[in-house]
Amino acid sequence: MLNERIIIAGFGGQGVMTIGQLLTYGGMYENMHVSWLPSYGPEMRGGTANCHVVLSGEPISSPIINSATSVIIMNNPSLGKFEGDVEVGGDLFINSSLVDLKPNRTDVEAIYVNANEVASNLGFEKAANMVMVGAYLGRHPIIDISTLEAVLVETMTGSKAAFVPLNIQAIHDGVKICQSQIANI
Amino acid sequence: MAKLLMKGNEAIAEAAIRGGCRYFFGYPITPQNELPEYMSVRLGEVGGVFLQAESEIGAINMVYGAAASGARAMTSSSSPGIALKQEGISYICAAQLPCVIVNISRGGPGLGGIQPAQSDYFQATRGGGNGDYRLIVYAPANLQEAVDITLEAFDISEKYRVPVFIAGDGMIGQMMEPVEIPEGFVSQSAEKDWTTTGTKGQRAPNIINTLYLDPLKLEEHNIKLDNVYKLIEANETRYEADSLEDCDVVCAAYGMTSRIARSSIKIAASSGVKVGMLRPVSLWPFPYGAFDKINPKAKGILCAEMSMGQMLDDVKIGSKGRWPIHFYGRSGGMVPTPDEIAEQLIKIAEGKSV
Repeated sequence: MLNERIIIAGFGGQGVMTIGQLLTYGGMYENMHVSWLPSYGPEMRGGTANCHVVLSGEPISSPIINSATSVIIMNNPSLGKFEGDVEVGGDLFINSSLVDLKPNRTDVEAIYVNANEVASNLGFEKAANMVMVGAYLGRHPIIDISTLEAVLVETMTGSKAAFVPLNIQAIHDGVKICQSQIANI
Repeated sequence: MAKLLMKGNEAIAEAAIRGGCRYFFGYPITPQNELPEYMSVRLGEVGGVFLQAESEIGAINMVYGAAASGARAMTSSSSPGIALKQEGISYICAAQLPCVIVNISRGGPGLGGIQPAQSDYFQATRGGGNGDYRLIVYAPANLQEAVDITLEAFDISEKYRVPVFIAGDGMIGQMMEPVEIPEGFVSQSAEKDWTTTGTKGQRAPNIINTLYLDPLKLEEHNIKLDNVYKLIEANETRYEADSLEDCDVVCAAYGMTSRIARSSIKIAASSGVKVGMLRPVSLWPFPYGAFDKINPKAKGILCAEMSMGQMLDDVKIGSKGRWPIHFYGRSGGMVPTPDEIAEQLIKIAEGKSV
């Protein structure tokens, strides 16, 4: 049964919470049981931010993740802090544009995504987080991208609406980068 | 009715408004800040009043004043802020004023931390304020339950003229889950012939007061309050129970800990241990009667909390010495894992000490 436990971590401002909320909304739209739990407190003010997302086929007991199926790492400090939380055989999605450290774990799969460069090539570096969403879905195609598009259309309103297509393109690019890597795994 | 993805703090605020809340008085504190923030936007849209008070003490006394005029008034805070409100809560109970109070609790004592905890159980159920008084205390385990409870909180509070106290924790406040908040909630508003809204020369004044210098008069007032509390015990006790009659071990837990314990129960089942669940939804009135359903041959009861053991006292009272009582708690903002609680349940079933 579906039971994805995803930790997303990076600096405040990288769209870490947004990655989590997008996956959570998408899961809800596809009738999964979902929960999203942010880190809150002093660490949000300038340091690392993270959130826990659970997407499940059955009611969720704890929204806190003790053993993650996937961890999305957006910056160097988050790698050291969270690589230990991935279960054996789980996935580390690493934003290689900003993370130059390598994981110490050898019992997990590391997928490197130059998310900031990909987003810059689209002319929209802010969408680096969306590239990481795509990378995750490239490995775990549990939510249709068309569902995420519906979420973005609903949540990005007003002046933000114009950026929906770029975000969707960033997700597609992330999927491609991930799939080209896992073909080699 | 569409499901919305909302933070607990926001879902409670919206449910309160749809349940009739029109006055909110608060003061900022983590991890409940999204609740007043949401109120500050939404109450204006529905013709209500949001006011950030000068302190928690100011806020609770504004609730006293608004409630005395018959308004549906609410405040929220987190543990040390709720501690500051205790004097006002005692006065509101003495004055028999309905209102709703929310505690999105954090670790203590003192300023403590900001991560989730359940260490305000005594404060909520035993009274942090002075005198013989009670609060109707509900502890939701998920956001939908938080919404459902909040929606009818003002109706219940007005029915008895006793505050309804919603005991959440930092996780309930901060997490997002899908919720459905029904439109068009119809309030079963009680007749309010006691409000201080001006006599217009047509009737004798209503006086809201908590001072009774004549001991006989104060005792009469205490007895009157106690009769209301007995009625609440008879009518408003809520709990959820699973497999109590034929289990090997019982897990007693409330709020967030109870949903974590549900996973623990599945883990124990895979080891062949049948665990029953007793989850108080109302912490006061406490479901003492539910303990009579427990298998007389059960090996024991595990009380699991995010505290050093507070509901534990009520579990002991409810069990009346019929089963060995064990405790497992994490505190200070630490949250138990499903495996930790499962390990204790399995040990109890095997007759080992926890």
